[in-house]
Amino acid sequence: MRRPFPHPLNLSRGMVEMSHGAGGRAMIQLIDEIFGAAFQDPTLARGDDQALLSLPAGRVVMTTDGYVITPRVFPGGDIGSLAVHGTVNDVAMSGAVPLYLSAGFILEEGLPLADLDAIARSMAAAARAAGVSVVTGDTKVVERGGCDGVFITTTGVGVITDDRLDIAGDRARPGDAILVSGTLGDHGVAVMSQRENLAFETPILSDSAALNGLVADMVAAVPGIRAMRDPTRGGLAATLNELAHQSGVGMAIREADVPLKPAVRGACELLGLDPLTVPNEGKLVAICPPEHADALLRAMRSHPLGQEAAVIGRVVENAEHFVQMETLLGGRRIVDWLAGEQLPRIC
Amino acid sequence: MKYVDEYRDAALGRGLARAIVAAVRPETRYNLMEFCGGHTHAIARHGLEDLLPGSVRLIHGPGCPVCVLPVGRLDMAIALVREHGVILCTYGDMMRVPGSGGTSLLQVKAEGGDVRMVYSTLDAVAVAQAHPDRAVVFFAIGFETTTPPTAMAVTRAEALDLRNFSVFCNHVLTPAAIQSLLDSPDVRDLDGGSVPLDGFIGPAHVSTVIGARPYAFFAEEYRKPVVITGFEPLDVLQAVLMLVRQINDGRAEVEVQYARAVTRRGNEKAQALVAGMFDLRKVFAWRGLGPVPYSALTFNTRYATWDAERRFALPDAAGRDPRGCDCGAILRGVKEPRDCRLFGTACTPEKPVGACMVSSEGACAAYWTHGRFRDARHGEDRQCADHSPTP
Repeated sequence: MRRPFPHPLNLSRGMVEMSHGAGGRAMIQLIDEIFGAAFQDPTLARGDDQALLSLPAGRVVMTTDGYVITPRVFPGGDIGSLAVHGTVNDVAMSGAVPLYLSAGFILEEGLPLADLDAIARSMAAAARAAGVSVVTGDTKVVERGGCDGVFITTTGVGVITDDRLDIAGDRARPGDAILVSGTLGDHGVAVMSQRENLAFETPILSDSAALNGLVADMVAAVPGIRAMRDPTRGGLAATLNELAHQSGVGMAIREADVPLKPAVRGACELLGLDPLTVPNEGKLVAICPPEHADALLRAMRSHPLGQEAAVIGRVVENAEHFVQMETLLGGRRIVDWLAGEQLPRIC
Repeated sequence: MKYVDEYRDAALGRGLARAIVAAVRPETRYNLMEFCGGHTHAIARHGLEDLLPGSVRLIHGPGCPVCVLPVGRLDMAIALVREHGVILCTYGDMMRVPGSGGTSLLQVKAEGGDVRMVYSTLDAVAVAQAHPDRAVVFFAIGFETTTPPTAMAVTRAEALDLRNFSVFCNHVLTPAAIQSLLDSPDVRDLDGGSVPLDGFIGPAHVSTVIGARPYAFFAEEYRKPVVITGFEPLDVLQAVLMLVRQINDGRAEVEVQYARAVTRRGNEKAQALVAGMFDLRKVFAWRGLGPVPYSALTFNTRYATWDAERRFALPDAAGRDPRGCDCGAILRGVKEPRDCRLFGTACTPEKPVGACMVSSEGACAAYWTHGRFRDARHGEDRQCADHSPTP
């Protein structure tokens, strides 16, 4: 039910003010006219301090993530859609069906209401497309300089309804196949191209996308998937190293098989970055027993978000848990964790 | 990707590797120093050592600009921020190098110091424009390649009359460093040197600026072959083949493998720009090499006003190298990264002790990040996906 306010928010020229987080009528109006209007969710519209939910039978999965990306709008997405995709993907990597999201906003005094409205609408569109509902939230306002425009935290809840699934980072075994769902580094390069001190022109869009549909097809085809993870900060390099350490194994990949867009390779050459350490927001790494690799690859390639999927290597025994790569020239090198900060505030 | 893929072609690489194997003589050892950090990085990143026969040894030289800057100069940069309150603009890698007592610019920034990472010298000029009420200093480091861009920044600042801008100049010269290496007791046969040097994989980008001429002296006087080499993997392999052939023939010549970018005379416009703005320093202390005469640049009298050292009356800081750190010996080729007892224990890219572990061009960082499986103690290091035997 919309509450009548004598003067609607001025979405073209208005700004976030301290009163919008103070608990009074101004806050209720902001929530109603921006978040309520965007999300249009009956649970949210009840106006309670919590969401009362019924979950289907199965194991419940929960995750949380904060979003501080700069710039807020980048080619292929914005902080709103990213805050949905990132959390939906973290839930989905367990094989769960993501169902509900919460959204916490920290807003900086002076943020244009038009920007906030656009972010909320982008979040709502992304949530609808991913089939999840934003059912509860929180809004705080800090003084100018207290944060940078808007920071968002989303929490996701999902359910694993298929009892056969057992997908976790510690389950990779020597001999398993390593697959990726598509080209790497697109998100990082798209965001970097917009940075004030870098600004270069590239046709690359962020790959930001919800992967739960792809995952549903994958687990239906191969319920025996051992591990899945989305290679966000730190890129493929970090994800493979994490999985290798968790599982107590090594990884061996081939540079020639790692899918990269030519424009991403070009930008990375120019900037001196290793594309394997550049973040992604719409890709996943999957590990499965070798006998299922072909079936999994087929399932991935049949989905619009997995058309460029590839088998990039295999899990090996290695006491040091090294991730090694055969280079294009046939030499070998380690693919290591990223050291230091390469791309601050990339998600 | 044009101009890159053709220099990374796997079939051509294997062909060159076979040609090297065919060319080396069983009784000869080929000790080749790659001067530049760019080569060190390319060798590690592409795993080139796996393609070379055992008799070809690559020795990593001192050509990583971040690595050779002594601790004292970093202390001076830190003093600019802490004591003079300037906005310090620096290339990213310098932020993580520990100064005396282990303090890095990254920590100074966390304390509240205004340290900004820039990708280009002109970004630093833009910062000075945006903050007319603050002193803005560009922390200039690097060899002959990065000096012209620094000169460009000063030219631009002068045109804009940006009096709040200045440069902390640490530009160094490649030929002086090579000569210092060749004259060092580590290398000289007379002193029973421990570093055998049979030839140089010569600088790529530096040579685009200074040309091939300056290396003739080393070839003639020290009888060391020099092959000026590009930074792509096929460039390096071809250069190794050219050096092996020179050594086999008893020749000591300057050859240009990187002919697509390097001429004999170099970039004379850039040389003129630099010559018009800088003078040689009588001496400059390098990490690893120690004081090297006439090996670095400072602003000349006409441009003295842009010199941060003079503007802020910065005293020379001696600096203390971190205890136990072998960066110096590694930069001279006397030790390999794994010979340092801090390597991989107290000193890693996440928490570097010495400068060689910071830059991706540093020997320790390149070796740790890409090559440390070669030390794997468990004999599993030949496991790579469907790895076919290399030639």
